[in-house]
Amino acid sequence: MIGIVDYRAGNLTSVARALDYLNESCVITQDFHLLDGASHIIFPGVGAAGQAMANLRQSGLDRHLRRWVQEGKPVLGICLGTQVIFDHSEEGDTPCLGILSGTVRRFRADLQPDGRRLKIPHMGWNRVAFRRDHPVFAGLPETAEFYFVHAFYPAPAEERWAVGWTDYGVRFCSAVARRNLVAVQFHPEKSGRPGLAILANFCRWEGTHAQ
Amino acid sequence: MLSKRIIPCLDVRAGKLTKGVKFQGNIDIGDPVDAARLYYEQGADEIVFYDITASAEGRSILLDVVRRVAERIFIPFSVGGGIRTVEDMRQVILAGAEKVSVNTEAVQNPEIITEGAKAFGSQCIVLGMDVRRTNLGSDIPSGYEMVIHGGRTATGLDALGWAREAERLGAGEICLNSIDADGTQSGYEIDLTRLISSHVGIPVIASGGAGKPEHILEVLTRGEADAALVASMVHYRTHTIEEIKAFLHDRGVAARMHW
Repeated sequence: MIGIVDYRAGNLTSVARALDYLNESCVITQDFHLLDGASHIIFPGVGAAGQAMANLRQSGLDRHLRRWVQEGKPVLGICLGTQVIFDHSEEGDTPCLGILSGTVRRFRADLQPDGRRLKIPHMGWNRVAFRRDHPVFAGLPETAEFYFVHAFYPAPAEERWAVGWTDYGVRFCSAVARRNLVAVQFHPEKSGRPGLAILANFCRWEGTHAQ
Repeated sequence: MLSKRIIPCLDVRAGKLTKGVKFQGNIDIGDPVDAARLYYEQGADEIVFYDITASAEGRSILLDVVRRVAERIFIPFSVGGGIRTVEDMRQVILAGAEKVSVNTEAVQNPEIITEGAKAFGSQCIVLGMDVRRTNLGSDIPSGYEMVIHGGRTATGLDALGWAREAERLGAGEICLNSIDADGTQSGYEIDLTRLISSHVGIPVIASGGAGKPEHILEVLTRGEADAALVASMVHYRTHTIEEIKAFLHDRGVAARMHW
């Protein structure tokens, strides 16, 4: 059973629908007892970092998330879920969970080499250069693209945690991994077949990976 | 590098496509769920549903369509037409749509953009704009006027001014439809698209006039659009999404080629 953490950060049903399609049973809940019983945790979310952190603290799920990561349960962060895993977000100058060291930065709307402004949010399909050896990102075609919609991006303190990179005016880290934790900035549940492959890989993953 | 998106638009009335979609052997597909699935398989980057039913009964049929689409296609899709309140938006989003688009409703009640963005985030709110070129000597500064009610009612509102205002109010994207070009299949309105796209900081989807891949290439390059809406040219199978993307890719436009 896959547990999807519900902390009132947007519509989480699309992740559940993708898991249904993959024949993986799942539950969307804010009840940490139910999530304790799940083999894997998915931590999605869209919206603002400040509100997300307020909801996580109020529900106590912030402590449980830290605990699940410490206990070795496989955890997958998606989009806003990925961002709040870090120490701090520039979005509303928000202190975050601090599960991974690093910050979350805003794209700068500077002029690009072609003389046009970078549109923000970064919305649409883009490539991810994955480090080839992580089980969750195994078997993906190099030319696969993933669906992004975000104005902020993660900057992990340790470069070795970055397992995927994407170009959008700046080269940013779009996938991170450390022990039993993986987190992506894009939406695997909305990225067609390559995205579904990542979710299927995650559901089969035991949470172990030589770093 | 971000790919330019190719987005088929499906018009739905009471749960059925208003124009059939023809596939292999020219079989007419009237079910929007099957049509969406086929476009998904062909490499569509996103799908737009436009509901032209107004009745409450039609609305609940539409929500059922949205739910069935969400179970079977795993790319973003948006739903527009008749969205008047934040509660209308909520129903469509909970049924599985990523985005909702507001058009006439937003002109009449601009607060719906801000309220929707607050409730669901700007990335969910698409501003649909129906635009008509004005006659010489009109007092619309940009030369393009907003029209509503599917093009039947002129508003006196400057299209460029409205686009910038909607961005300020919280719209996350603009779907820009030229009434002059719509249905002609003779090319998008390039000047209008470039004017709007270069003056806002949010993505612009060009709509109206697509008849061949060259038109799409032009609007994505000279027109500076971030995405192109296509309808008749793919529904009647004159062209496929795959073919359009290969055409763009061969000419150096970033397009998603693997799906």
